[in-house]
Amino acid sequence: MNVIDAFVKKNVEWLRATGPDSDVVVSSRLRLARNLKDFPFLQKLVPSQQEQIVELMRGVLEKSTVLKKSHYLRYNDLTELDRQFLLERHLISREHASEKGHKAVAVTPDEQVSVMVLEEDHLRLQVFQSGLNLTESWRVVNQLDTEIEKNAEFSFSPTLGYLTACPTNVGTGLRASCMLHLPSLVLTKQVHKVLQALAKLNLAARGLYGEGTQATGNFFQFSNQMTLGQQEEEIIDNLASVIRQVVDQEREARGFLGEKRKAKFEDQIWRSLGTLKSARVISSSEATQLLSLLQLGILMGLVKSNLTHQDLNALFLLIQPAHLQKISAKTLNSTERDVRRADLIREKLTQVNL
Amino acid sequence: MICNLCGTQDASIHLTEIVNDQMIEIHLCEACAQEKGTDFKTHFNLTDLLAGLADAGKTSKSPEKRFAGKCPQCGITYEEFGKSGRLGCAQCYDAFAKMLLPLIKRVQRSTAHVGKRPSRVSAETGGGRPLQLLQERLAKSVQMEEFEEAARLRDEIRRAEEKSAKPAKGKS
Repeated sequence: MNVIDAFVKKNVEWLRATGPDSDVVVSSRLRLARNLKDFPFLQKLVPSQQEQIVELMRGVLEKSTVLKKSHYLRYNDLTELDRQFLLERHLISREHASEKGHKAVAVTPDEQVSVMVLEEDHLRLQVFQSGLNLTESWRVVNQLDTEIEKNAEFSFSPTLGYLTACPTNVGTGLRASCMLHLPSLVLTKQVHKVLQALAKLNLAARGLYGEGTQATGNFFQFSNQMTLGQQEEEIIDNLASVIRQVVDQEREARGFLGEKRKAKFEDQIWRSLGTLKSARVISSSEATQLLSLLQLGILMGLVKSNLTHQDLNALFLLIQPAHLQKISAKTLNSTERDVRRADLIREKLTQVNL
Repeated sequence: MICNLCGTQDASIHLTEIVNDQMIEIHLCEACAQEKGTDFKTHFNLTDLLAGLADAGKTSKSPEKRFAGKCPQCGITYEEFGKSGRLGCAQCYDAFAKMLLPLIKRVQRSTAHVGKRPSRVSAETGGGRPLQLLQERLAKSVQMEEFEEAARLRDEIRRAEEKSAKPAKGKS
């Protein structure tokens, strides 16, 4: 699959560690859920209708300027590894990757925009940005939605808004989320307070890969829970203002660790680097955890080398199972992957001295 | 509050579930929550919770008040929705309105959409979002120095004003 192989060689645009508050906010993502008026929702679609929608959407999405030069990938043409690879890059969801039936995804060459066809809803429009950049994401996804709507009629009720397969998405169909790297709040054991406060504000906290996944390596995904009764901009503003406060808290905790807990803190960072530089077998969860601490060391100017924040962001992705297999160009079982992962990390960290 | 599992640490994670009208509260410390993480995740995912809510409404009433009807469009029953948390088609929202609206109200705290509308709907109902809302947004985006957004809103306001200035096209 040539398109996928081209992605393997590239860095993900929204992981380039730029944009506002990118020392804490890895990326921002918006998604809109939409359904076509002339078809029942996913669970009631017969295979011929699924096929029809996949073909229909190819034509509709082609006309969008936001999706210019995008690739339209049909799942029937993809291997399971390809789908896992797209999932690790967040271009498709876990549910979309694993469920059977006709499905497709449109992806722009810079990977900042993707449209999942036949996920839980007929269409899931997604826009990614590096850093805290929800406003720009909204501008893009709003334009994309307007363009698609010119050639496809969506299920819409004047009172309930956009109708979705699950009532938790009805209304705007909008889910805004930010991926945050909060190592200092975890180290200072304050993160549970943040999570509690979040729940009170009706925001959800999830792991790296969305619904049903656990927080690993100090990465958290924060998103709005309610999709009805507020304008899109309000939902986004609310989330952004909460995120800004969490960013401040994380920075404060970093300062505290660097000043008041200097010896212990530096010990943890350097030990992490030591393990990463010497491990011969390493699981993805251990690697993510240690790389997270190394990232913190780089951000705080403790670990000085040519290795940048962006390089490390890229490495978080490369050590994932499907990525490891793609760069090795062969299938690896779990034990082989742990060895390959350790090799790759040592290779990438040669320029970093203990 | 002490963790329900280990009984020693302070609980910082509090979970509530409603089973057959009984509220069950679980309090966990961070370590136990992490250990039990995957178990609880599957226990407390949104679909289950929704299904639980749909269920709670059903069992609290006497059995004869259970809604046995089907959506005339796609044939799904409310019970099936209760199990999967997914509706069968757009018409289900009308067919099950009596049960769904209270459920939506509980989950979303609202039953009225105020956000974006498809342009063909806006054209039919004579206008998109109320002018006042747009102007508030514009003022805010200027204040936040989000000029691209401000320009977009300005255009939307202009279009809305032009539309309202034109006499409505009556059928008479």
